[in-house]
Amino acid sequence: MKDILQYTLRIADTSLILAQRLSEWCSKGPTLEEDIALSNISLDLFGQANGLLEYAAKIDQSKSADDFAFKRDERNFYNLQICEQENGHFGDTMVRQFLCDTYFMLFYQQLSSSKDENLAAIANKSIKEVAYHLRHSKNWLIRLGDGTKESNLKVQKSLDKVWKFTGEFFEMDELDHLMLDEKIGVNNTLLKKEWDNIVNQVLSDAKISRPKDSYMMTGSKRGLHTELLGKMLAEMQYLPRAYPNAKW
Amino acid sequence: MQSGSIKTIWELLNNVPDPEIPVISVVELGVIRDVRLINNEFIISVTPTYSGCPAVKTFQDDIHTELITNKITNFKIEVVYKPAWTTDWMNASTKAKLKKYGISPPEKIAQCPQCNSKSIELISEFGATACKALYKCSDCLEPFEHFKCI
Ligand SMILES: [Zn+2]
Repeated sequence: MKDILQYTLRIADTSLILAQRLSEWCSKGPTLEEDIALSNISLDLFGQANGLLEYAAKIDQSKSADDFAFKRDERNFYNLQICEQENGHFGDTMVRQFLCDTYFMLFYQQLSSSKDENLAAIANKSIKEVAYHLRHSKNWLIRLGDGTKESNLKVQKSLDKVWKFTGEFFEMDELDHLMLDEKIGVNNTLLKKEWDNIVNQVLSDAKISRPKDSYMMTGSKRGLHTELLGKMLAEMQYLPRAYPNAKW
Repeated sequence: MQSGSIKTIWELLNNVPDPEIPVISVVELGVIRDVRLINNEFIISVTPTYSGCPAVKTFQDDIHTELITNKITNFKIEVVYKPAWTTDWMNASTKAKLKKYGISPPEKIAQCPQCNSKSIELISEFGATACKALYKCSDCLEPFEHFKCI
């Protein structure tokens, strides 16, 4: 069960940290509609993370879902590093979101046939939401890329900057192999082909070019992160850590 | 104290309004998946509309209050994710209530709830809540919300 717990935390943390990042847009969106859109997407991701952390709390009964979210340190978070990257400008956020949404959709499609009923059910529910998010981020990427010269240049830069974090989507470590053997987990390597197809098509529609694969960041499966995560957690966990028994 | 039958529980649940669209009940919304009686305890299975729907917690509290007020204490609310909630669980009379309330019900093609025009314009795919998108009618010019089909 310890393996399933760890596997669940990886998926949960990826949603949780991206949700937290997106929530920073709340009240700062470029238009009212986008402000609401980003907040809604953030809420969906928080909800998915919550479902997964509730499941984690069922496996490890000494902890609650909130304990997992608020009482772990940086080295015990396993979210993909792309999720903790800063929002930057709206184009930066949309590029990051598009790359993640495409991955989420493919990942959850596979996870929905997991032998673990809880993971399968959450995945199945998440697919519907993620497909909607993907449509939104994809449309924005095309609109910005195929927009003005400046917007095209900006999202091209956004893509170039974040590209080195996309390698983690497809990594397989020992735990991934174990989960795959038990028909619980996903073969991340196999997601790459379809991810490439979708991404290449959209980048071409957006008239931006795909960066060359060079050095790829890695480490989140072992709790290694960029320096940005620590700062995020300090803010996210401040209240429950300062007032341990606070109720709301 | 324990009392009531499964039928009574369903009737009481049907009094609990959706926190965000009070003209329909949580039963009509389709989020109550099952009520069973196990060892003298009613197990009420609820499912979220969207994973992040903030109303999920609210309607659980509202169900709790409704049952306690009616002197039913032997119950437990559990959250289930499977099968995932779908707007297909809303029947025609529920959809008619939504329309009367000014929300375009979950049909493949949105329609102005005021003048029934199909000449409409999408303003935002994300409305005030995750379950709705924002449109504007090109005929009567009224903005309106459309309950998304999922
Ligand atoms: Zn109209």
